Amino acid sequence: KKNFDMKNAVIGNNRQKANLIVLGAVPRLLYLLQQSSSSLELRTECAVVLGSLSMGTENNIKSLVDCHIIPALLQGLLCSDLIFIEACLRCLRTIFISPVTPVQLLYTDPTVIPHLMSLLSRSQHTQEYITQIFAHCCKTPEHQTVLFNHGAIQNIAPLLISPSYKVRMQALKCFSVLAYENAQVSMTLVNVLVDGEQLSQVFVRMMQRDKPIEMQLTAAKCLTYMCRAGAIRTDDNCIVLKTLPCLVRMCSKERLLEERVEGAETLAYLMEPDIELQRIASVTDHLVSMLADYFKYPSSVSAITDIKRYIDFNSRCNQLDHDLKHAHELRQAAFKLYASLGSNDEDIRKKITETENMMDRIVSGLSESSIKVRLAAVRCLHSLSRSVQQLRTSFHDHAVWKPLMKLLQNAPDEVLVMASSTLCNLLLEFSPSKEPILESGVIELLCSLTQSDSPALRVNGIWALMNMAFQADQKVKVEIVQALGTEQLFRLLSDPDTNVLMKTLGLLRNLLSTRPHIDQIMSSHGKQIMQAVTLILEGEHSIEVKEQTLCILANIADGNTAKELIMTNDDMLQKIKYYMGHSNVKLQLAATFCISNLIWNEEDGSQERQDKLREMGFVDILHKLTQASDPNLCDRAKTAMQQYLA
Amino acid sequence: MALPSCQQRALRRALCSTTVPTRHCRAAVIRGYLTAAVSLLTKMAELGAGSLLTGDPAFNYHEHELNERLKRLYPAVNEEETPLPRSWSPKDKYSYIGLSQNNLRVHYKGHGKNHKDAASVRATHPIPAACGIYYFEVKIVSKGRDGYMGIGLSAQGVNMNRLPGWDKHSYGYHGDDGHSFCSSGTGQPYGPTFTTGDVIGCCVNLINNTCFYTKNGHSLGNNLMKNDLRPNLYPTVGLQTPGEIVDANFGQQPFVFDIEDYMSEWRAKIHSMIARFPIGERLGDWQSVLQNMVSSYLVHHGYCATAMAFSRATETMIQEDQTSIKNRQRIQKLVLAGRVGEAIDATQQLYPGLLEHNPNLLFMLKCRQFVEMVNGTDSEVRCFSVHSPKSQDSYPGSPNLSPRHGATNAHLHNTGADSPTCSNGVTPTNKNKSHNKYTGVSSASSSPSSSPSSVNYSESNSTDSTKSQPHSATSNQETSDSEMEIEAEHYSNGVTESSTRIMNGTYKHQEILQADDSSVGNGVADDSCSSRQLCGGNQAATERMIQFGRELQALSEQLCRQYGKNATHKKMLQDAFSLLAYSDPWNCPVGQQLDPMQREAICSALNSAILESQNLPKQPPLMLALGQATECVQLMARVRSGSCSFARVDNFLH
Repeated sequence: KKNFDMKNAVIGNNRQKANLIVLGAVPRLLYLLQQSSSSLELRTECAVVLGSLSMGTENNIKSLVDCHIIPALLQGLLCSDLIFIEACLRCLRTIFISPVTPVQLLYTDPTVIPHLMSLLSRSQHTQEYITQIFAHCCKTPEHQTVLFNHGAIQNIAPLLISPSYKVRMQALKCFSVLAYENAQVSMTLVNVLVDGEQLSQVFVRMMQRDKPIEMQLTAAKCLTYMCRAGAIRTDDNCIVLKTLPCLVRMCSKERLLEERVEGAETLAYLMEPDIELQRIASVTDHLVSMLADYFKYPSSVSAITDIKRYIDFNSRCNQLDHDLKHAHELRQAAFKLYASLGSNDEDIRKKITETENMMDRIVSGLSESSIKVRLAAVRCLHSLSRSVQQLRTSFHDHAVWKPLMKLLQNAPDEVLVMASSTLCNLLLEFSPSKEPILESGVIELLCSLTQSDSPALRVNGIWALMNMAFQADQKVKVEIVQALGTEQLFRLLSDPDTNVLMKTLGLLRNLLSTRPHIDQIMSSHGKQIMQAVTLILEGEHSIEVKEQTLCILANIADGNTAKELIMTNDDMLQKIKYYMGHSNVKLQLAATFCISNLIWNEEDGSQERQDKLREMGFVDILHKLTQASDPNLCDRAKTAMQQYLA
Repeated sequence: MALPSCQQRALRRALCSTTVPTRHCRAAVIRGYLTAAVSLLTKMAELGAGSLLTGDPAFNYHEHELNERLKRLYPAVNEEETPLPRSWSPKDKYSYIGLSQNNLRVHYKGHGKNHKDAASVRATHPIPAACGIYYFEVKIVSKGRDGYMGIGLSAQGVNMNRLPGWDKHSYGYHGDDGHSFCSSGTGQPYGPTFTTGDVIGCCVNLINNTCFYTKNGHSLGNNLMKNDLRPNLYPTVGLQTPGEIVDANFGQQPFVFDIEDYMSEWRAKIHSMIARFPIGERLGDWQSVLQNMVSSYLVHHGYCATAMAFSRATETMIQEDQTSIKNRQRIQKLVLAGRVGEAIDATQQLYPGLLEHNPNLLFMLKCRQFVEMVNGTDSEVRCFSVHSPKSQDSYPGSPNLSPRHGATNAHLHNTGADSPTCSNGVTPTNKNKSHNKYTGVSSASSSPSSSPSSVNYSESNSTDSTKSQPHSATSNQETSDSEMEIEAEHYSNGVTESSTRIMNGTYKHQEILQADDSSVGNGVADDSCSSRQLCGGNQAATERMIQFGRELQALSEQLCRQYGKNATHKKMLQDAFSLLAYSDPWNCPVGQQLDPMQREAICSALNSAILESQNLPKQPPLMLALGQATECVQLMARVRSGSCSFARVDNFLH
């Protein structure tokens, strides 16, 4: 009886709830709940009161969880009485959907999930609460696997046609979290029939325009995840004609801010790998200009406080707070979507950069306080930086390199990866931003990136240096070599990441171009470079790596004094000989190129070199190669032979 | 269907003949005339049916599909008032345009040197506002030399030597640059370009007066149109260089773009707008208005006990006194049972002077009485069949033979079902199905049917249906009992049905509806038709009918002299008399008159007249409101408010 009073006292009153908790009511309630000697009525009332307490603040929930309410309630589910089970589930639901509850608590006892699955058939209430718990507690691939292995799909699929809207909706949410980046779940889902209908068709029906927005959006997420996991083709009508247009609609002004954020993020994810979807989306419902509206919400905090001062606090501030809260989210979602839209098609990139104030928005996005926005902005910039035309025009006009450089100074790795990758593109030789960036002292920064633990950052660092060294002045090259240091250079040449190795070789090759540069660098670092080349040619490397290395050797052979480093190294000459007879044409070509440079007529000492190489049997090889089936190789060999004939 | 004049004359001669041969003889004469008439009519009917079947069957199939799709997409459009576009107009085009393939394919046949050689064609009809949302598609069969094609809309009279969009009241989306032109020579960047193989759609939203285009099933987004679209726009295409060919789809084929999905969104929007219409502080007022509406509706149709119970529960007042309600109820029941003669007598007794002041109503009643005589239901002919109790089974008019009550107008039928107890005002025993429990006198409640002294009976019984005189016609006991049950059942359906008529307002509407009904399904009780006979198969009854027919003819002539010619009367009389022209009146082109449902119109007219004579509203406010709402929606269509298509009254009657 006391419980009834308690229930009525606490319902709807957060302070009373907190009081009760402070007074220690929870352990008492839990005790009564667990006492099998208590009457079912009493135990049910206890669960109801606990449920009411959990509806309070986050602190209430923390206290409840600390009192081990979750195991107690889960234990309660073993009872056979449906009313009691429903009361326990209702309370569990409320606790599990709170952000303060550790999700893992659902999975500690391995018998819980199968039991919950078995309770799904009991009533619409159990269905609603359990699916809601699953939808909130499926956060990792491990969770997905646990739920999948316990038959989540077969058990939840029929709920999609439940007469209760809440059940349908929660079941749908379950599928969206289960399918996310999960090929196993997604592949299973496409084959599931609900009442004789394919699941994808059920989702399509849920996206119909007269359905609630929440339902349309979640169904579109399910299909998006199934598509990205490879279970549905990107040219399937349910993606092209249904999911994509539905997500575009979710970005429209008429939708709530939350819906617009989710819609844009999901759409960005859907079309990321597919140029055709990007093309369709770019012309659907003026998406590109629709996204511009995402930026029309307050951004800087100071501006907000100014506005707040002028607005009546009670009336408008809630709206403003709401807008402000979502303003960051909106901006980052829009940047993400722009990034995805523009990742392949030049025309779309042009359309994006021509959107009102687009470049300004990116530039200010790069320096926003929210890391999420900065990351999305730099992703967008990166996507657009793949356009030669944009690099030459809008990127230079808006001096995007400045905020980008600033961003590189001090940022978390994920931002750095994107920013440095963008910088690589900005350092391409045709980019007008290359000069100012060079002058801003970027070399130090890039060199420090090459020492990062993250392979992606090392690649980007060395890649940027490589681009920078391409057809660069002697001064720049020297600067790069000095800043990087030969030690670091050779460390990179033995980097476990092939990409890093390739870009480092690329850097070497760019450094060793034009004769004076070759001789100068080789005179100071010749020994180490020759060692490194030997090492790579002897090591287990891919054809591409070896080809690149042979090209470096060919460049060295083009130097005036550098040549001698090869000519005096019989071991190296043997290696060249070996590669001229290699089964791979590319390697043969590069090796032949190297020899061709060594025996070139018009240079000092060419006669001696020709003689030496003839002795070593190179002429015979060249002669053989003139009969090669590959026309390039054949030509190259003939050109080399002519040096002897002249 | 009207009879050919020669047969009419023959009939009239038969009915009006002053020479009175013997009964049998006269019947024979009539039959002689009639056989000839029937054979002629049958031939005509066959001819008519034959002409429908001629033509290309494939084309008919497409035509059928087109009609079905248009009906589904634009249910609110009344094509008799505002036909939908189905093809390009061979008359409304520039000379450089050629049409083929049932006027759906458009090709360019000019020089195509420059923009002065542009040419357009409009559809046959403008887009009706009642569409709410209108859509058509055009497939680019060939982009020709330069692909200067424009798809869009234009008003009547806009220069056809131009592409759509260049001039005032003209809008278009152009393939060469993807720009949208809104009444201007310079376009706005709008969408992608389009070319051979693409399907371009144009959607007009008459609710918010915007339009958008689609490409290959994808919406390209609202046009940047600042001005509202003007009304009565025609689908239009324009071409400008040789070789350009486009095919239109006005609904002949499924659309590439999911227009129905788009429509469903707007339907949901408008429905929720209506559902959320703010009532505010007038909530109390609304409740009492609603209560009065329900109460007056119950009273109007004579649901006496229900009305009383309702007024007690809601504490509302009833204007009319109970006796009056019951009287009306009784008269209505007589009409609905097909006993129109008795109904006329009762009316004359209870409301003296009413019918005298309403000669039109009286005439209608008499016509109906004649029809019921043919049916064998009117007491004037039923009295003859007293010796053959079996004949009652074959009452063609027995209302429970009619399964159509629910089907014809489902939503209204349901409304009727909601209004409580059908047995209201009738003795409760009627609900009981086991007739055989009743014995002789005790069950002689209100079964007047087969009383041999029917005239006396109807007079004496006219005070109150529940207080019928005891009589000793035990032989008819069972049938009369079942008759009562039939009445009770029919009562509920009948009233609601009659309310349909009222709802639809004017007299003219009723006729239209009746005509519709006949096309829906004739000969309801086909299986029982063999057992049905003219006037219940009784010779004396037939003679009485002929006699009555003559009186009716005389009345018509009298009215004609008094008030001038009346086409409606003439038609009514013709139709009624035409029944005699067939050996099986229930299965003939005019046999639909015999359907018990047809009693409902006259029943409600009579009820309204009585109420009017008592200075009470002749229609219940509920029906007035419904009728008004329906009219308003139709008016919206006429004043081109597109939302009418999604705000149909039907959608809100459950």
